[in-house]
Formats: sequence, structure tokens, C-alpha cells
Amino acid sequence: MTGLLRMIGSWALSALRKMGHMFIFLVQSLSYAFRPPFKFRILLREIRFIGTKSMTVIVLMGSFTGMVLALQGFYLLRKVGSEALLGPAVALPLIRELGPVLSALTITGRAGSALTAEIGIMRISEQIDALTAMALNPMRYLIVPKMVAAIIVFPLLTAIYNVVGIYGGYFVGVKLLGLSSGTYFSQMEHFMNMEDIRIGIYKSLTFGILVLWVCCYKGFYTGYGAEGVSKATTEAVVMSSVLILIADYFLGTLFI
Amino acid sequence: MINIVGLQKSFGRQKVLDKVSLSISDKELIAIIGESGGGKSVLLRHLIGLLKPDRGKILVEGEDITKLSGRELDGIRQKFGVVFQGGALFDSLTVYGNIAFPLKEKTKLSRWEIHERVEEALEDVGLRGMEDKYPAEISGGMKKRVALARALITEPKIVLFDEPTTGLDPILLHAIHKLITDTHKKYGFTGVMISHDIPEIFHVVDRIAFLYKGTIEVVGTPKEIRASTDPVVRQFIKGSLKGPIEIS
Repeated sequence: MTGLLRMIGSWALSALRKMGHMFIFLVQSLSYAFRPPFKFRILLREIRFIGTKSMTVIVLMGSFTGMVLALQGFYLLRKVGSEALLGPAVALPLIRELGPVLSALTITGRAGSALTAEIGIMRISEQIDALTAMALNPMRYLIVPKMVAAIIVFPLLTAIYNVVGIYGGYFVGVKLLGLSSGTYFSQMEHFMNMEDIRIGIYKSLTFGILVLWVCCYKGFYTGYGAEGVSKATTEAVVMSSVLILIADYFLGTLFI
Repeated sequence: MINIVGLQKSFGRQKVLDKVSLSISDKELIAIIGESGGGKSVLLRHLIGLLKPDRGKILVEGEDITKLSGRELDGIRQKFGVVFQGGALFDSLTVYGNIAFPLKEKTKLSRWEIHERVEEALEDVGLRGMEDKYPAEISGGMKKRVALARALITEPKIVLFDEPTTGLDPILLHAIHKLITDTHKKYGFTGVMISHDIPEIFHVVDRIAFLYKGTIEVVGTPKEIRASTDPVVRQFIKGSLKGPIEIS
């Protein structure tokens, strides 16, 4: 019994230590974001990597999400004779839930894993030590620009995801299933307000910080060798994905 | 210049450094030799503050760097140049970008002045014409030379070399050693080099320190080390399988 208690205690302490370490990492990187010198050139490069290069997959995912929503929504609404509500049935879950969540999961898979691997390789090939040895802060060069880029890019990509999704739904609802174009958009306007859009933005901002925090931390403190980087990358993607869904639930309860 | 006093470091239960003491004079070139995995790189990483010791002091020009952190430690680091084992070149930068990086980030030199310094450094290490290549496009020997040029570009007072010739063929090994001695003469830095190149290293450095079982077993000039009667040193220099050093 004492042995079991000791084991649980030791596990809890270790988990608490890790969480504290991660939290300090986040606070440090965010605090550097507001202190000069600012690395604008690196920031632009990160925006291009996380944002521009994710556009294709975001557009693809967004359009098909909207199309599936319209298809299933139409099937359900027809049963209760409310096909006219297809517009808000597509737009509301997209803007409040699916847009922020699915775009965050997509960016995690495309860019987050790559960032963890990139930082991890820099760690094991001593590039991070080289920066430290040059009296240059690796956080400022590697982490801060990625964090700031995520804060800028996540809401923008989510917005693109939503717009493309709504037009994907439009294509299925109006062009394929014969709903009138005016009904699709006017009902959307009637059932939605700025609050819904604001919630989506808050969520995507939160997910952006969460994903980059986890991915950068896992890369920065990666284990040894190729195995260490591979493990860090897997952990980063799994942890980010789980945290996105947990955060989505709690943010949802806050805003409902 | 550098005084290491009673340095101790353990990782978990494994004691890696055990009361290491060593004095390194100004403008001296010293090699640290010893078994693989014996703590040489750990010792070197302590000198630049990448690791904190459990006990002991490291005095750099009289200042104990083990007590420093943040900006104070960065101030001391300005005096150092480091050549890492694999070069540690930045993948995203070209050869030119890598060498120019410390000047761009740490000095207020104009673009033209930086260009002149980088061109001179490229000339020193024999890499003219390779400016636009990325680290992935050059050989291991070239990477070591770029790393050397990057470490020397800010004209540091102290240069640390972590196995600068590992994995190179004998001709390149001699070329890198010559480069180190030539640049040492030109810039007059204090150099600490970790090396496995026996007996070549005897012709390169002023003194040799032998690290064994986490402590400095012997320090002396190459001549003294060669003449040492210590059975551990003799076995290590000869590379003999029989002797007090057990192969783990």
C-alpha cells in the first residue's frame, strides 16, 4: 500500500514538475515577444511556413467539411420540413466549432509536427547550443517568431476555412440539391450574429497558442538522436490534438 | 585566463566529473584527451556555461561563471568562440550567412564591413567560392572549416574546439590542425581542444591534459606526456588493450 502511494505521489510530482516547466516556457516565450529586438524577417518566414503553405490543405478541408455538413444537414432538415435552414445549419457549427477545431487540427498535422522536428533537429545537432554559446537567446530566434506567427495565422486560416466551408455548403445545397441561393444566405444572416464570429476567433487564437506552445516545447526539449525527435514529434501532435478538443469543450461551456 | 577548481558533475547516479582542476594560461593552446564518454565534452560545455556544475568553480579572467546567469553570463560568452563537434551550422543559412551571422547579430558593423570580414575568413579557411552553398551541400571537412571561420569571425579571446577533426581523413585532419595553429598564431586566442588524434595532437598544442575517471590524471607538455611513466597514460597513448583502462 505504501509502495503504491509512493508510486502515485512520485508520478504526480513528476507530472507537476513537467507542467510547471512547460508553463515557464510559455511565459518566457510570450514575454520575449514584447521586448525588442524584434525579428521581423524571421516572423515573415514563419507566417509563410505556418500560414501560406497551409492554404491548400485548409481550402480543401474547409470545402469538403462544408459540403458534408450541407449534405447531412439537408437530409435531417428535409425530415422536419425545414430545408430553408440549411444556411445556418452549415455556417453556425462551422464558425463556432468545426472551423476553429478542424483548421487547428489540420495546421497541427501539417506545420506543428514539422516545427517540432525542425527545432528538435536543431537541438540534437547542437545548433541551439551554438546560438546560446554566441550569447544569443535561442527562444528569441526560434520560439517567439513561431508563437507570434501562430497568433496571426490561426484566426486568418480559420476565417478562410469558414468562408470556403460556407461556399462548399452552398455548392451542395444550392447547386446540387436545388435550394434557393437567397434562402441559403438570408437565413444565415438571420440566425447568426457577431458573437458567434467572435467566439470562433477566440477559439482559434487559443488553439494557435496551445499548438505552438506544445510543438515548440517538445522540439526544444527533445530527447537524443533520431528516436528522440521522432518521439517528440508524435507526442507534440497527439498532445496538441487532445488539448485542442479539451480546450474547445471548456471554451464552449464558457460561451454557450 | 581560465581556472577550473574542483569541478564536479553527476547525471543521476553517474559521476562524470570528479574534482576536476585545471589552469589554462593566456594564449595557450591546450588539448584535453581521454576515453570516449569520459566527460571531456561535458567539461567543455561547463566552460561556456551550457552546463552548471554540482560543485566547483570556473574562473574566466577571475570571474566565477558558475555563479552567473542571464545577461552576465552572456557578457562572458562574448569572449568565447566555439567549434562544435558536428559544426552546428545553421541549416537555413548559406556558408556566407553562417559566418556572417555572429557579426550581423552581435555587432553594429556595416554590411560592407561584414562582407570584408567574411571574405577574409573564407580566405583563411580556404573556402572562397563556396559562399552560396548550404551546409547540406558541403563535405564534413568543409563544415568543420566553416564552423572554425564562424567561431573566429568575432575575434574571441578564447576558442573551444570539441573534437574538430573527428571523422576526417588523415589529410583533412592535418589541414584542420594546420588551420588551427595558423589562426592561433594570427589571432592569438586561448584555445581548449578536445581531441582523440594521438599522436598528431602532440605537434599542435602547447600542453595536454589527460582526463581519466572524471578527474585530470596528468597535465604536461607533449614531451612530458610522451615521457610519462603513468601506466594509464602509457596505455592510452599506445592504444593498447592491456593495462589499467578497461574497455566498457
